[in-house]
Amino acid sequence: MDWQQIGNWFVMFLSGCGVALEIFVITLVCAIPLGVLLSFGRRSKYKVISWPVSLYISIMRGTPLLLQLLFVYFAPRYLFGLNYDRFLAALIAFVLNYAAYFAEIFRGGIDSMEKGQYEAAAALGMSKPQTFFRIILPQVVKRVIPATANEVITLVKDTSLAYALSVEELFFMANRQTSANGVITPLIIAGVYYYFFNLLLSILFRFIEKKLNYYK
Amino acid sequence: MVMLKVEHLSKKFKDTEVLKDISLEVAQGEVVAVIGPSGSGKSTLLRCLNQFEQITGGKVNICGDDMIVGQGKNGVIYAPKPVLKKIRLHVGMVFQNFNLFPHLSVLKNITEAPIRVLKKPKEQAQQEARALLKKVGLESKENAYPCELSGGQQQRVSIARALALNPKILFFDEPTSALDPELTGEILKIIQELAKEGRTMVVVTHEMSFARDVADRVIFMDGGYIVEEGRPEDVINHPQKERTRAFLERFTSLRSMAEPQD
Ligand SMILES: Nc1ncnc2c1ncn2[C@@H]1O[C@H](COP(=O)(O)OP(=O)(O)O)[C@@H](O)[C@H]1O
Ligand SMILES: [Mg+2]
Repeated sequence: MDWQQIGNWFVMFLSGCGVALEIFVITLVCAIPLGVLLSFGRRSKYKVISWPVSLYISIMRGTPLLLQLLFVYFAPRYLFGLNYDRFLAALIAFVLNYAAYFAEIFRGGIDSMEKGQYEAAAALGMSKPQTFFRIILPQVVKRVIPATANEVITLVKDTSLAYALSVEELFFMANRQTSANGVITPLIIAGVYYYFFNLLLSILFRFIEKKLNYYK
Repeated sequence: MVMLKVEHLSKKFKDTEVLKDISLEVAQGEVVAVIGPSGSGKSTLLRCLNQFEQITGGKVNICGDDMIVGQGKNGVIYAPKPVLKKIRLHVGMVFQNFNLFPHLSVLKNITEAPIRVLKKPKEQAQQEARALLKKVGLESKENAYPCELSGGQQQRVSIARALALNPKILFFDEPTSALDPELTGEILKIIQELAKEGRTMVVVTHEMSFARDVADRVIFMDGGYIVEEGRPEDVINHPQKERTRAFLERFTSLRSMAEPQD
C-alpha cells in the first residue's frame, strides 16, 4: 500500500470537500427559509396559493434529484440555447429540491401544534405575529429538529450528485482518480470524508436536541 | 353594572345549531356556574364569547363594548379589530387542559402577555407575576417548566396567567375536569377566593357542590338551550324543569356510584 499516495489524495480531495461544503452550506442557507415560506404557502387558506405550492412540493419530492439537476442545467440550453454556470445550476437544483423537503417537515411541525396553544395566546391578547414567533415557532423548531437532521445528513451525501454536472466536488474528484489509477482507494477516501462530516453533524444535532430537552 | 350581556345568541356548525337563542346577563361581582350534560354547548358558548368561534346570530356586549355590530347573511358582523382586542383584554380564560406554554418557565408564562401585549416593564410584570404565584401557592415554582408540575399546579399557573392581565370577567371551562379527583379541591378553593374578592366569573363545571356553595347563580344548559337558571339552591335542589331534574338525578347517582363506600 502506498501511504504517500493515499496522503496525497487526502490532501488533493480537500478542494473537493470545499466545493461540497459550499454546496451544502449555500443549499441550507437558501432552502431552509424558502422551505419556511413554502410551508406557509402549503398551509394557506387560499387555494390559488396552496394548490400550486402543493403541486410544486409533490413534483420535487416525486422525481429524482439527479433528474432535476440535469433538468435545471440542460433545459435552458435545449429550450432557449442558454448556457450558464454548472455550479450555479447545481445550487439552484439543490435549493429547489431541499426547500420542498424542508417545507413538508415544517408544515408537519406547524400542523402538529395543538389548537389550544393558539387559543391561549389569543385569549391573552397576543397578535398573530406574536403568537407565531413567541409561542408556536420555538415549539415547532424543537419538533422538527430530528426530521431536519435526517434531511441535512442526506444533503451531505447528495452533494455528490453534482458530479453529474461535472462540478468538481469531492465525489467527482475521487471518481476521476479511481478511473485514472484503476484503484478503489480514492473512493474509499471520499467515503471517509463524507462519513466523518456526517458524524460531526449528528453529534451537533444530538447536542441541539439535548439543549432543547429542558421541556417536554 | 352588567359585565356580560348575551342576547339571542345562536351558533351553527355547518347546518347543526349547537347554541339556540341563548340570552344571559352577568352582573359585576357575580359568579355564574354553567352546568349541563356533555355536548350541550357549554364550551361552545364560552368559545363564542372568547372569539374562538364565529357567532351565527345574536348580540354580545362585554363590559360595555359591543362585540357584534350587525347581522349578515351567514353570521354576525363583528365590531372593528381594536374594539375586539379591547374586549379580549377584558376577558380572561382558563382552559380545561390549561394550555400553558410548555417552552416557557412558569414566570414567563405569566409575564409574556403583560410584557408583550400591555407593554409593561419587565421588572413590574415579574413582580406582579410573583405576587400572583404567591396567591395561588406556587411562589417556589417560578423557574419550573409546566412539564415539571402536577396538573393542579399547572392549572394554578394558568389561573395566575389569566389574572396577570387583570381581566374584568373570567371564564373557566371545566377547570378541574382534567385533574385527578384529589387535585380538584385546590383549584376550586382558588376560584372561591377569587369570588370572595368580587371577581366576575362564569364557570362551566360538573362540580355540583362547588356550584351550590360558590355560585350566585346556576345556569343549566341542554341541547343548546338554557333550560333553567336561578339561585343554586333552587336549580340544584329544586329544579323546575324535567330535563334539569333528569340531569341532576343521573349526576348524583353517578357520583354516589363513583364515590368510595366506607
Ligand atoms: N368545531 C366543531 N364543529 C362541529 N361541531 C362541533 C364543534 N365543536 C363542538 N361541536 C358540537 O357542538 C355541540 C356542543 O359541544 P360543546 O360546546 O363542546 O359541549 P359541552 O362543552 O357542553 O360538552 C356538540 O354536539 C359538539 O359535537
Ligand atoms: Mg365542554
